Amino acid sequence: MSDLTRLTAAETATGIASGAFSAVEVTEAHLARIEAVDEKVHAFLHVDREGALAAARAVDAKRERGERLGPLAGVPLALKDIFTTEGMPTTAGSKILEGWVPPYDATVTRRLREADVVILGKTNMDEFAMGSSTENSAYGPTGNPWDLTRIPGGSGGGSSASLASFQAPLAIGTDTGGSIRQPAAVTGTVGVKPTYGGVSRYGMVAFSSSLDQAGPCARTVLDAALLHSVIAGHDPMDSTSVDQPVPDVVAAAREGDVRGMRVGVVKEFRGEGYQSGVMQRFDESVALLRELGAEVVEVSCPSFTKALAAYYLIAPSECSSNLARFDAMRYGMRIGDDGTRSAEDVTAITREAGFGDEVKRRVMLGTYALSSGYYDAYYGSAQKVRTLITRDFARAFESVDVLVSPTTPTTAFPIGERADDPMAMYLADLCTIPSNLAGNAAMSLPSGLSPEDGLPVGLQIIAPAMADDRLYRVGAAVEAALQARWGHPLIEEAPSL
Amino acid sequence: MPGITREEVAHLARLARLELKAEELDHFAGQLDDIIGAVAAVADVADEDVPPTSHPLPLTNVMRPDEVRPSLTPEQALSGAPAQEQQRFKVPQILGEE
Repeated sequence: MSDLTRLTAAETATGIASGAFSAVEVTEAHLARIEAVDEKVHAFLHVDREGALAAARAVDAKRERGERLGPLAGVPLALKDIFTTEGMPTTAGSKILEGWVPPYDATVTRRLREADVVILGKTNMDEFAMGSSTENSAYGPTGNPWDLTRIPGGSGGGSSASLASFQAPLAIGTDTGGSIRQPAAVTGTVGVKPTYGGVSRYGMVAFSSSLDQAGPCARTVLDAALLHSVIAGHDPMDSTSVDQPVPDVVAAAREGDVRGMRVGVVKEFRGEGYQSGVMQRFDESVALLRELGAEVVEVSCPSFTKALAAYYLIAPSECSSNLARFDAMRYGMRIGDDGTRSAEDVTAITREAGFGDEVKRRVMLGTYALSSGYYDAYYGSAQKVRTLITRDFARAFESVDVLVSPTTPTTAFPIGERADDPMAMYLADLCTIPSNLAGNAAMSLPSGLSPEDGLPVGLQIIAPAMADDRLYRVGAAVEAALQARWGHPLIEEAPSL
Repeated sequence: MPGITREEVAHLARLARLELKAEELDHFAGQLDDIIGAVAAVADVADEDVPPTSHPLPLTNVMRPDEVRPSLTPEQALSGAPAQEQQRFKVPQILGEE
């Protein structure tokens, strides 16, 4: 039954609905795959064997009763460990939350359960989603299934690695500066950051609230669209949730047609720091879009060169405030409470022991940027850059339907290479950050392997806010054309482990 | 833009409630100095007449109906508490001796 792990989510759901195989068989196949390979990959922090099998049995029972099944009923999924799950541990990759079992489900978790998606467990991530390699997890790194000595991207490296190693056909990520798209790019999978506010943040451990966005991860564009439509939509529990209809992303993914569309190539996403093989695959993708009937033009977004700097002021500022909740009083770790110390001292001792280096760096950086005397020069200026970036996008989208770029400047780098060099690590998100600052929608999908190292390269597509369907329309067309050229999906070339 | 000294890191750590170890102060001072040097590029726009953007959505005072709904039980709310007493979070002393 092991070939059940090679199916797409759409094929899996169809097979279960038609009775070709049961949801329990599908879940058992994935649990067996996790057992067989995850010791090497380390995608999961927690596997919920019993919960997954119970959810699968419920789907099979529904089918036997003749009830109508949803489009992803019985399909297994790997959930990033940043979403609260009632009765299942949630750590956000941090020691400070080790052993915490939330008393409630995040809205994303609840919607997955209501759609009869089978949650296999929780995936590894950079602590509080701060990082681009998953090396900042307090629970050890995750390997990239294409080369286990390399990073699977981050912060959602566990989710991307679970897909690329066929431990799950679907996963959920969160994207604050690229944490869905960059892992997708370096593992040869598909990841989408929906429009800001498109998916509820309720029950998602907060990092930078004006940037954080949950989204779907999958091995195909259609699977990502099916998952997108399950998790997206207005939620009264999140005041920043968009109260508008969700664009019909599934129909767009089924159509997959770029004829007559105008595609902009962002001039600024090229040059020093971009690997030649990455640019080669990108230029081929642009040529392919022309062949498929799109009109391609070059556009300039001059403020994008300041996006990284603005991001590394805004995100740390917001996180320094958000992470104040980890005070050792109401939940999570508490140490040093020997009866003689004040609450304030216990908080400081606990945070010192419970947070990793990157979290400490960002909390201090944010504290610095928000302190009086520096506020205007740093945080205030970063907010102005954010306006300029939003204007650059608006101007570009007056003349094009979507923008394209490489997702990341390089392929997956070796574990350890940038671990203690924060600025080098931050460059991994150069092309993904502008969309978080502006709040629009973006996707990464595989565009081939880089010739110098044989590792996956991602193509990024960016669409205006609430035009998420355009990502899927363009993405599905590119995916179909590339697979026709390769003769198979790119992921088939990943090592079997 | 000023460089970040060991003393400034110690001050930031105090403000951020992080009891850093002595060796961490030197380590972070160098790294924070590098990062702040790089992000200072935003200051180029400081004098430009551009309104700041704090959030991608133009939202103010989003309310939901003020209705009585089911919520967590005291047991659920306290389920993650490091210490509890009489259905309350038990915390170390907050005020000084005097």
